[in-house]
Amino acid sequence: MRQPFPFSAIVGQDEMKRAMILTAIDAGLGGVLVFGDRGTGKSTAVRALAALLPPIMVVPGCPVNSETQADVPAWADATGKGTISVPTPVVDLPLGVTEDRVTGALDIERALTRGEKAFQPGLLARANRGYLYIDEVNLLEDHIVDLLLDVAASGENVVEREGLSIRHAARFVLVGSGNPEEGELRPQLLDRFGLSVEVTSPRDIDTRVEVIRRRDAYDTDHAAFMLRWQAEDAAIRDRILGARAALKGLKAGDKVLRDVAELCLALGADGLRGELTLVRAARAYAAWRDDTAITRAHVRDVAALALRHRLRRDPLDEAGSTARVGRVVEEVLA
Amino acid sequence: MPDLTQPYDRALLAVTLVAMDPGLGGVAVRARAGPVRNALAGQLAPWGRLTRLHPGLTDDDLFGGLDLTATLTAGQPVLRPGLLSRAGAFELTMAERCPVGLAARLSLALDQGAGPLVMWDEGAEEDERAPVALAERLAFAVDLTGVGVAGLGAVAPAPARLTHVALPDSALTDIISLCGRLGIDSARAPLFALRCARALAALGGRDAVTPDDIAIAAALTLAHRATQLPPDDAEPPPPEEDQPRPEEQDLIIPQDLLLEAVKAFLPPDLLARLAAGQLRTARGSGTGAVKKGNRRGRPLPARPGGLTGGARIDLVATLRAAAPWQPMRRAPGGPLRILPADLRVKRFEDRSDRLLIFAVDASGSQALTRLAEAKGAVELLLAQAYARRDHVALIAFRGTGAEVLLPPTRSLVQTKRRLAALPGGGGTPLAAGLMAALAQADGARRRGLTPTIALLTDGRANIALDGRADRPQAAADALTAARALRAAGAAALVIDTGQRAEPQLATLARAMGGAYLALPRADAQTLSRSLSAALDA
Repeated sequence: MRQPFPFSAIVGQDEMKRAMILTAIDAGLGGVLVFGDRGTGKSTAVRALAALLPPIMVVPGCPVNSETQADVPAWADATGKGTISVPTPVVDLPLGVTEDRVTGALDIERALTRGEKAFQPGLLARANRGYLYIDEVNLLEDHIVDLLLDVAASGENVVEREGLSIRHAARFVLVGSGNPEEGELRPQLLDRFGLSVEVTSPRDIDTRVEVIRRRDAYDTDHAAFMLRWQAEDAAIRDRILGARAALKGLKAGDKVLRDVAELCLALGADGLRGELTLVRAARAYAAWRDDTAITRAHVRDVAALALRHRLRRDPLDEAGSTARVGRVVEEVLA
Repeated sequence: MPDLTQPYDRALLAVTLVAMDPGLGGVAVRARAGPVRNALAGQLAPWGRLTRLHPGLTDDDLFGGLDLTATLTAGQPVLRPGLLSRAGAFELTMAERCPVGLAARLSLALDQGAGPLVMWDEGAEEDERAPVALAERLAFAVDLTGVGVAGLGAVAPAPARLTHVALPDSALTDIISLCGRLGIDSARAPLFALRCARALAALGGRDAVTPDDIAIAAALTLAHRATQLPPDDAEPPPPEEDQPRPEEQDLIIPQDLLLEAVKAFLPPDLLARLAAGQLRTARGSGTGAVKKGNRRGRPLPARPGGLTGGARIDLVATLRAAAPWQPMRRAPGGPLRILPADLRVKRFEDRSDRLLIFAVDASGSQALTRLAEAKGAVELLLAQAYARRDHVALIAFRGTGAEVLLPPTRSLVQTKRRLAALPGGGGTPLAAGLMAALAQADGARRRGLTPTIALLTDGRANIALDGRADRPQAAADALTAARALRAAGAAALVIDTGQRAEPQLATLARAMGGAYLALPRADAQTLSRSLSAALDA
């Protein structure tokens, strides 16, 4: 397979890029949801992000990408010694996938040919410690959504079927994309995403020309194009690593916490997840900007990312959630 | 150069261009099965080996997997390769029946460089269309409906592809501003236009793209994606941002010339489709989950069966079926012997999504209020639709006919966009409204939804089905339509929003086999509440 389009070569879409970078800096943020029309570069950005992520250390042959030998589940066999460095797993969850493929199921091949009861791990196992990408997430079937919610909340995949009783770690970052014209997303699943972005096609000709020019160069002159952007991608990767290290040293002061609480109260966001995510996002953003303290400016810049999908839906409000968040931010953080 | 006014010749040219540059994705062909389609299928030889895909394919078929029957016979694992792992081109038959899941997988495969793909869209009705996600990834679309068999040409042999075809910088700006004027947002469209222009130049043996190439490429790749008619010529043309360098002078194409080239190929029914709002919603099988008898839902007893269709083996039932024969089959101490005939598969029962069809009377003086309240009720119902698994559609009838204002959807965003402007006034063609609702109900049932019809009106029918103002005939027509609804088995509900209860509507409700609710001065909240209550009863 060809290398994905370089992240640094994506024209515009600053908010989407910011959301992706923040997720890469702090996996605890809870992933990104990208909503927008077709052909706006949603999947391109997600696949580009995968190439940016630093490698992780895993036990070779471990089906759930364990970091240490102690973490390897008992049912896994034939794992190697020591650890090796592999790219961060980014697993695609296709639409119409069956439950067995997601959670894993009895290995029918071994059951029938050798009479053994063995577990065949599913996509959740492969996505452990990595990213789970769902394109067209709003078209995903309900029972799969339920299953993902359950696992995402507990960080553990429990399989109780066909006489198997298996559990394994399944901590992953959800990245979803979709077209809101094709259907809404259930509020419970919306809430699971840390950040959300709405992308639109650029409206001015110059930007669109640049988008097409770069994509065309990527298609027709692949090697030279990748070489051209290699250094910039590497620079972003280094900056992400630096920001990860800086995260610990950044504390949210009382003033910032008060700002965040007032903002969420004024917006009427359900639950406390909004506040928690907003603080984390502001911290990751401060680390990315290489600032030494979290300030109101950071909160202001990431407020829409962290909150717009958590508002109560008001079907009679004509303006979108983005406008509502913007308005309240202006009022509260004036 | 073939005559581009003929759809068949356009299809042939598209086939040649895709053969030269598989990166163009392929061709979407809308044609019923018949000699014309067969003739075109016979021209696909330059694409190499063609693998046939159909909407019923499962993951095992696509990506490969264990061939269980062969495995059991051979006593050792027998793998079979997936269809997508085959090299060469693909053809998707009955594309209008393609479920979203399969479309998503094929889209992914195309994104990763598989293909090219020819998509046979055999839809007969306007709402039967190939999945948009797939069509979006194919450069060309041709509609062969109504093409005669006589004088069909043959595909031109494709020359070896030129490695580098120069492209003037202005071409990029031209194509992109053209996309803007046609209302094409996707970035894939201009990319396809560029690729197509290059391939056209190569086909003509040129090493640089000419204005003609760009015009033809735009006509072939952009016309079918248009979502708006280009603004009138009165509007000033988009400003040219930089002065062209002298050596490019001869390559500047006047915008209007390019636009004319595309205009000639805009689908003839574009205006009608724009008016009906079909462009954005045409998406094959829709978002409604199709009932899958053997995959999910409440478990039913297992039945004997093969291992196709993504069925899941019921292991316990299979072993139970095999157990009595073991003494005859197995060697002493040997392993269990299970034959294909022993296999039992699981079956599940699932409830399908519901479609609420609002048929709203938009006639007379109260029309605007009633429509606005109906709109409010639709949006309120949609806001809670996810949990209730409801889709909503809205039909308004007034004057001489009925109009689908909102095709079945679960999207609040789309609803808002659609319902922004509501027409009102005129007579009451009740029968036309009911027939439109029946058509929607039929379409919904084909997509696996369970339709329910809510009729909102305050008056008597006074316009007959044929559009004449004839009160008795109108009443008779309405009654006939109501009986047709009942015969079709669609659940129905009549809501009387008039000041005084109208006995004729109660009769109508009985004919439809539905409930009758008198709700004078109903507002959106009351409407949605009483609807929920009546439907859940």
